[in-house]
Amino acid sequence: MNAAQVDSAQVEALAEAAADGIEFDGFAAEAEGDGYVLATEAGSKRVVHGDALDDAAAEYAPYVTNWYFWHAEAPQAEDRWAYLRWLERADDERVPDRYDALEAGTTREWGQLRVTVTVDEAGTRRYELRHVDDADAAPADLTDHDDPLDARQLAKHDDRDRYRPLKTAPTLQTGWRFADLGPGELVRAVESFYPATVANWHREREGELDISHWRETIGRQSGIYGVVRTWDRGEGHEHVDWVAEACCVDSQCVKRREWQYDEETDLDVDGGDGEFPCREPCSVVIAAARRWTKLEGEQSRTYEFELTPSEKEQIEDIVDAVADGRTEEIREADVYEGANRYRARFLRAKRFDDDGNLSGVSTDPEEAEGGADADGSSADEDEAAEEASDD
Amino acid sequence: MEALVIVAHGSHLNAGSSTPTFDHADTIRATGAFDEVREGFWKEEPSFREVLRTVESDEVYVVPLFISEGYFTEEVIPRELRLDDWDPETWDSDGTSATHATLEATDVDKTVHYCGPVGTHEAMSDVIVQRAESVTGDPDVGEGFGLAVVGHGTERNENSAKAIEYHADRIGEMDRFDEVKALFMDEDPEVDDVTDFFESDDIVVVPLFVADGYHTQEDIPEDMGLTDDYRTGWDTPTEVDGHRIWYSGAVGTEPLMADVVLERAADAGADVAAAVERVREETGGAGATGD
Repeated sequence: MNAAQVDSAQVEALAEAAADGIEFDGFAAEAEGDGYVLATEAGSKRVVHGDALDDAAAEYAPYVTNWYFWHAEAPQAEDRWAYLRWLERADDERVPDRYDALEAGTTREWGQLRVTVTVDEAGTRRYELRHVDDADAAPADLTDHDDPLDARQLAKHDDRDRYRPLKTAPTLQTGWRFADLGPGELVRAVESFYPATVANWHREREGELDISHWRETIGRQSGIYGVVRTWDRGEGHEHVDWVAEACCVDSQCVKRREWQYDEETDLDVDGGDGEFPCREPCSVVIAAARRWTKLEGEQSRTYEFELTPSEKEQIEDIVDAVADGRTEEIREADVYEGANRYRARFLRAKRFDDDGNLSGVSTDPEEAEGGADADGSSADEDEAAEEASDD
Repeated sequence: MEALVIVAHGSHLNAGSSTPTFDHADTIRATGAFDEVREGFWKEEPSFREVLRTVESDEVYVVPLFISEGYFTEEVIPRELRLDDWDPETWDSDGTSATHATLEATDVDKTVHYCGPVGTHEAMSDVIVQRAESVTGDPDVGEGFGLAVVGHGTERNENSAKAIEYHADRIGEMDRFDEVKALFMDEDPEVDDVTDFFESDDIVVVPLFVADGYHTQEDIPEDMGLTDDYRTGWDTPTEVDGHRIWYSGAVGTEPLMADVVLERAADAGADVAAAVERVREETGGAGATGD
């Protein structure tokens, strides 16, 4: 049995609200004559005189404190309210069972975030937030934070201190904890780690998610990104499938991709299992697509390389290791891995000429120097130029 | 409820790009002048497209943390915020005189007060002066000093040069520095030849940029001859051709920038007078009354 206790402010609020009638989470209260009728979905019902509301409310303490929390303490903005209720499975569990669970702590995951909700005697919820991979970590091993906005800094770098341009990449750093947040603070922290995910999740639940598909999104682009429009040549969407497979699958982003090629045409790649939706190609996808638009403007050629069967497989291993972000994991002396550094250095020593050409085959036989990809620009220069641009 | 949304470029590559935006937002948040303060980015999240739905307020002041009027303030930001009735004519600007426009966004039920960029507000002149004070460590810096305000040239954005010249003229009129010049990265007078344009032995160089990045930390220091390789850093001041160059880095990182953000919102009707006072006091701009 839980230990909920009703305080006088809650009884006062209950009396006031009962005048208009309350019906919430399996609990009802209404004024009747000089008194009140309190009832629960479990079939319990009490009619009490106005003076005795204290005692009656105490009997229904979990219901009363629950009603009070959700109406007087929780943020009232629809999306935040709905999200906080989702966190404690308010739509799935009746109040007494929910309170029993909350006393031990109800935990849900949101991307790589792990939220544990608890309730105190007065019905006030408190929230603990940490990385899913730190689920079993001892608090002493985690760095505590109080300010939800600290999440903005934690979100900036991964565990290897690399900058994370995409907030929802599954590379959130570990080792931190927000031990004791209020409901508004919890939403603020979650929204700092994963901006706009609560609002978009809520819109989706309400059937109002405003998805902008690939065609519409690239049609809107201007400036240096306007060129991406030219990548669609009316020859299907295979190129967009490749984009989605490269950038948007669960191993790359914890959002669930809901945008498709266009309203009528789904991509052939799975959108993933994320809890919250992705409603349009993000800026990382658009910036990469701009580069691919340029690179994919090239025609395929036939090259002839001398490679042993193992060398061919090794090149495939290297591409796989880079694409899956595994290069750091490959042990220095594990020469059985094709993407091992010594193996790659051996391949380079044997098969590259002095100009870095594989098997001595120049990229463009017509032009002696430089690959097709060498256009003298860098990502940094591009970004700086764009920020200063006027067209 | 009223919200302030600061919108900035951000970066896919540079972790420090958003730092000034967060810092100024925090300064303003602490004043309590707005019920909510939120940051939105072109290249980070929340994106311009989704930032408005992250605030609860039905009245939103959007202040672009950009230096000049142009492509971003006139085209990208209004489009991405879905201010469908936007038309650059609404600002009726000569290139540096935009104040604000009141519009609706189509994806949220909110009134949006879309403000001109911080870079063209007159209070920005005070931030440039304060930047000169902080880089020299001298609150009275001026006599015996030249001041160079640096920006892009017209090659990329005509209004960028206008904003630089606007502030150089205003600061010149203050009669504080011996000389004040507008210099550019890609046209004459070029920042590469900074020492050619000044007689003063000491020259403070303030780039009119929002955040430190490729241009302010790599290009400009190397072009001015402060260092051969930006990675090895430079001294402040550095002796170049018989002049001492006091190079400040991006003006946008100056704490007093928070004041300009507030001034923009105030011009659009936000009741932030008390916050303006507090921010000026906290960020060392107490004496720098805007007008």
